[in-house]
Amino acid sequence: MAVKEMEKERAPQPAGFGVLGWVRWFWRTLTSMKTALILLFLFALASVPGSLVPQRGVEPDKVARLFQDNPTLAEWYDRFQLFDVFTSVWFAAIYLLLFTSLIGCVLPRTATYLRELRRRPPAAPRNLSRLPHHAALTADLTVEEAARRLRARRFRVDTGDGWVAAEKGYLRETGNLLFHVSLLGLLVAVGIGSLFGYRGNVLVVEGDGFANTVANYDRFIPGREVSAESLEPFSFELKDFKATYQVQGDKRGQELDYSAYLRVNDTPTAPARDYELKVNEPLEIDGTQTYLIGHGYAPVFRVTDGQGQVAFEGPVPCLVEHKPTLTSGCVVKAPDARPSQLGFLLRFLPTSVPLTDGTYASAFPGELQPEVQVLAAFTGDFGVRSGRPQSVYELAPPDLMKKLKPLVMGTAVPRPLAVGKSLDLPDGAGRLEFTGVKEWVTLQIAYDPGRMPALIFAGIATVSIALSLMIRRRRVWVRIGGGGSGTVEVGGLTRTEGSAAGFAEEFDDIVQVLTAGDRDAR
Amino acid sequence: MPADRLAEVSDLFVVAAVLLYLFSMVGFALELAFGRARSDGAARRGRVPVAVGGAAGGAEAADGARPDAEEGVEPPSWAPKAGVAALVLGWLGWAANLAAIVTRGLAVDRWPWGNMYEFVVAICFAAVTAFLVMQVRQNVRFLGPFVMVAATLGLGFAVKVLYTAAGPVVPALNSYWVAIHVTAAILASGLFILAGVAGILYLVRGDGLSRLPSRADLERVAHRAIVLSFPVWTFAVIAGALWADKAWGRYWGWDPKEVWAFITWVAYAAYLHARVTAGWRGRAATIVQLIAFGCLLFNLIGVNIFISGLHSYADVN
Repeated sequence: MAVKEMEKERAPQPAGFGVLGWVRWFWRTLTSMKTALILLFLFALASVPGSLVPQRGVEPDKVARLFQDNPTLAEWYDRFQLFDVFTSVWFAAIYLLLFTSLIGCVLPRTATYLRELRRRPPAAPRNLSRLPHHAALTADLTVEEAARRLRARRFRVDTGDGWVAAEKGYLRETGNLLFHVSLLGLLVAVGIGSLFGYRGNVLVVEGDGFANTVANYDRFIPGREVSAESLEPFSFELKDFKATYQVQGDKRGQELDYSAYLRVNDTPTAPARDYELKVNEPLEIDGTQTYLIGHGYAPVFRVTDGQGQVAFEGPVPCLVEHKPTLTSGCVVKAPDARPSQLGFLLRFLPTSVPLTDGTYASAFPGELQPEVQVLAAFTGDFGVRSGRPQSVYELAPPDLMKKLKPLVMGTAVPRPLAVGKSLDLPDGAGRLEFTGVKEWVTLQIAYDPGRMPALIFAGIATVSIALSLMIRRRRVWVRIGGGGSGTVEVGGLTRTEGSAAGFAEEFDDIVQVLTAGDRDAR
Repeated sequence: MPADRLAEVSDLFVVAAVLLYLFSMVGFALELAFGRARSDGAARRGRVPVAVGGAAGGAEAADGARPDAEEGVEPPSWAPKAGVAALVLGWLGWAANLAAIVTRGLAVDRWPWGNMYEFVVAICFAAVTAFLVMQVRQNVRFLGPFVMVAATLGLGFAVKVLYTAAGPVVPALNSYWVAIHVTAAILASGLFILAGVAGILYLVRGDGLSRLPSRADLERVAHRAIVLSFPVWTFAVIAGALWADKAWGRYWGWDPKEVWAFITWVAYAAYLHARVTAGWRGRAATIVQLIAFGCLLFNLIGVNIFISGLHSYADVN
């Protein structure tokens, strides 16, 4: 017997760890609390660069600028996916490990918990006076009566020969498990959203419209499972835009409120309806949300070329250069102009005022005295027909810019044009007319099927974490002295560390109720 | 009263609150330095009949630190009075702080936490409220000097550095979500400050005899505050996500403020886990708690000042 036993005992020692042993070791290490703790730290630490390095998904222009200013650094950043921290491989590795660890921790605990739910409270220990909470009293109490009084306090009760065992606070563990499960649910919801959802931006000028197709977006970021046909077929027209600004005081010029007035067709055949789109009040059409993100000015110009033909006419969205006064920079290109193309760099001043040094500036973001300052006018090839992608906010690519012939430039900047006024270019090269002012809005259109599930799981998480942290698990035992002597011993125990003080009060109440009956205790 | 007068009154109330907190701090400090208040307090209150080993240990420690406060040697009779006076001053400061917030709200006709100045004033109020309410339930006067220091410094910082004249906010902040999201963030921050103060004391307190309460007591105060504030913070983050969904077209976009709110949340979650992990209880858990507290402070102040993002409503020059 001895030899066989010895061999068996030796078997699980390190020398014979085996593949299964290693797997088991790995699993046990991964699901241990210490590993979870370290992964939590890593999770937090890994998020930090996401707030320090510009992120592609949040500020793509800043990323581009970094590539321009410091290409070496940017390349290294890119190599470590620091521009996409939250979609990077290493970030995913951390949270996948963390969630695996979580599953490995929650599953066995759920099993234990389910078993415990069906079990009765454990029998009274022999010596109740050894428990952290203890009281002895004399009362005329039977086992049944004690059990009834404890049950009335919502305890789960079991009785035996001369004793009552009671337990309460099962919701603590329920909350804890539910919390961790809902975190898993939240992760899945976020994943669904990024696979099946999309996001896009578009700039719309007053009087123009938008139909929800991929081609109409200025920037479109689809999830992997999004097809062009799956976009909700709505359309709208921007009828009007109105903004109000603070007129007086320190905060003069600050935006108070703004609205975009839309005429919406939910489907191509549906009747049109009016909608006032505001910040914090998106337009929802069958799960697709349209948000008002920003606004600016789009002055309307007419460019007449050297041959007297209208070469360009329409609103030109200008980039905001100075937010408090909405001073904006505009680029007007007339590639159809003959004999040669024309282009203008302009500054739009919503409320133009002359300064003492002879220059002009905008004093207010509202459109009180809108004027356009012609900073420069060029003629030559702007490269519009070259087939290369071009920015509408840039006159020409840098290499072509050098070859352009300036018509108006530098110190001889003419007086700003008011609405209806025009500027004749020298040598009969053409004419620029400032005919009116429109406004533009930038919209974000987003579809995220994970939104509602994420909200539900987040709600469950909040409620369950509160349950888990605030409820304590406690046990109370009552032992009734034999032979009707009237001595009753009560012992109490809380299974949650650090909550002894709070339980003391409840324990006192319980002793009261057991002594005097539940009605007198009130 | 016209709006600009109300705004001036609010500014005066803030100054009054700073001064009252300062005097209150001095009172608490005198009591802590010269009195035996805590051991008295624990005995007199006596609401915890069983299992108060921690408090008793603390009382012994306090006695041992000052030779003339040995058994039988009475501390100067004015010492406990200084503590009571400090408590009264603390409540007066609290009232002034509340009045400052209310008058500011009336002056600007919106929820008075639309910029960093108002936000920090409200957080100081929440921290002092958390302390005073906890003091009603159990004797935590020993925390008084330190909470009052934090509140005084916070209000002082708000007035000197962050001050913004009363005025309207940008349209994105004109939403009922301010009431929900920011209020929850303020509440949670106030409680986290209380926990942070207790955590720092925990580390400052040596193993030997000290005037400070026992480490177990400090740990308990910190834990209780975090147990309350962690769900509130969770709610604040989720309410923020709901608001972001309404205002910016996505519920979570890794804006710097969101990143740091998330980091703070994870760090406090780490604290809660550390507390139940063998080998991490006590000192290590407290250090985790303080790291989390650092993240919280960075999120409240640093992110608005150093990093630009969608939450840059700070109005800090």
